[in-house]
Amino acid sequence: MQITVNINGASETRDVEPRRLLVDFIRSDAGLTGTHIGCDTSSCGACTVLLDGRPVKSCTVLAVQADGSEVKTVEGLAEGGELHPVQAAFKEHHGLQCGFCTPGMMLVGSALLEENPEPTDEEVRWAISGNICRCTGYMNIVTAIQAAGGEGS
Amino acid sequence: MYPSAFEYSAPGSLEEALATLAELGDEGRVLAGGQSLIPMMKLRLAAPGHLVDINGVNELAHISESNGHLAVGALARHADVASSEAVSRHNHTLASAAPWVSDPLVRNRGTLCGSVAHCDPEGDWNSVMLAVGASVVARSSSGERVIPITDFIVDFFTNSLDSGEMVTEVRIPAYQGSAGGAYLKLERKVGDYATVGVATHLVLDGSGNVAEAGLGLTAVYGHNLKVTEAEDMMVGQVPGPELFAEAAAIAASACDPDDNVRGPAEYKRAVVAEYTRRGFAQALAQARGEG
Repeated sequence: MQITVNINGASETRDVEPRRLLVDFIRSDAGLTGTHIGCDTSSCGACTVLLDGRPVKSCTVLAVQADGSEVKTVEGLAEGGELHPVQAAFKEHHGLQCGFCTPGMMLVGSALLEENPEPTDEEVRWAISGNICRCTGYMNIVTAIQAAGGEGS
Repeated sequence: MYPSAFEYSAPGSLEEALATLAELGDEGRVLAGGQSLIPMMKLRLAAPGHLVDINGVNELAHISESNGHLAVGALARHADVASSEAVSRHNHTLASAAPWVSDPLVRNRGTLCGSVAHCDPEGDWNSVMLAVGASVVARSSSGERVIPITDFIVDFFTNSLDSGEMVTEVRIPAYQGSAGGAYLKLERKVGDYATVGVATHLVLDGSGNVAEAGLGLTAVYGHNLKVTEAEDMMVGQVPGPELFAEAAAIAASACDPDDNVRGPAEYKRAVVAEYTRRGFAQALAQARGEG
């Protein structure tokens, strides 16, 4: 069936099978490979995107369910050549090691800061609890998200 | 991983959804949050012929208090339940459980009604529903049934819905007087299934004795288990550590946990007993305005 999804402000219209997963629509159809596939069983959060503003695991959403919706991926964080405050803070505070979980962590962090610009350590840890960093670099991820909040306020 | 091929409909109203389900019969399966159904389809544990996606049926997104009960509609996400003032005002056990369902991303998508309908014995919500005496509203093109949760849960992954029926709402009754409740969950990590979950619900009468007690267990039986023997034993009694220890002993012997990766059966029984005691103690403190 034909669907149209607004990804990072650009309209993507494609014919897809109902079983097409949103993550594959983003990666293979729209060509945006910043969204990663990790566990493929909704356990790890590497495939996190914002669906109408809310973080979700795109391996566990059908592309047809996103018809008419707005999706934001890591490629949509920076605006006008300027890094998003969360991206700048991850760079500054070494919030990544291998980088595989990073797109999901930054999107969850950006969604948290929209609602709560100055989260506590515990609030950040709660927000990222569905995202796994297998390098176990959580301390710098938490620091980076908090720092980005501080800059925005 | 990909599911088997299926047909897909996205009705825009409840009437249209019910008409589609009636037409499809056993081939039709409701898709709400999809956080259990889609993984099961990807793992090829489920292969429905036709998904009826109700995410466009906005009339089912409600969480509202009316006619002596709290109603949670089929599109209310776990995150909506966790942040709902109506829920925290209405029932301690529900409010306590909501933040512990899976992880924040799954809670943004998955629904309470979907979890109830799924009847996974390791799911959290049905223990809560058993403890608080909830009912499930099932609609089909030919009418509506209000099914007590004890009749709705049939067995392991099995509910009592008929072909063409869907859950539109779960109703949690209001109570009279002071009350409290908790959902205590032991999990290895966020997002894992419960090793053990215990839902408690306690209502006191005017003299401070137990008017109503609810106890539901997760992941320690072939389905979520209502410990009726302990609930009945507590009614009319003076609440406190001795009574809760007695309820805990009944709960530990009523459950039948498996030895598995999450722990040996003996350990899980001990956790059931301890969490029963702690849950009722927390409920009592709330009921007395101390918690």
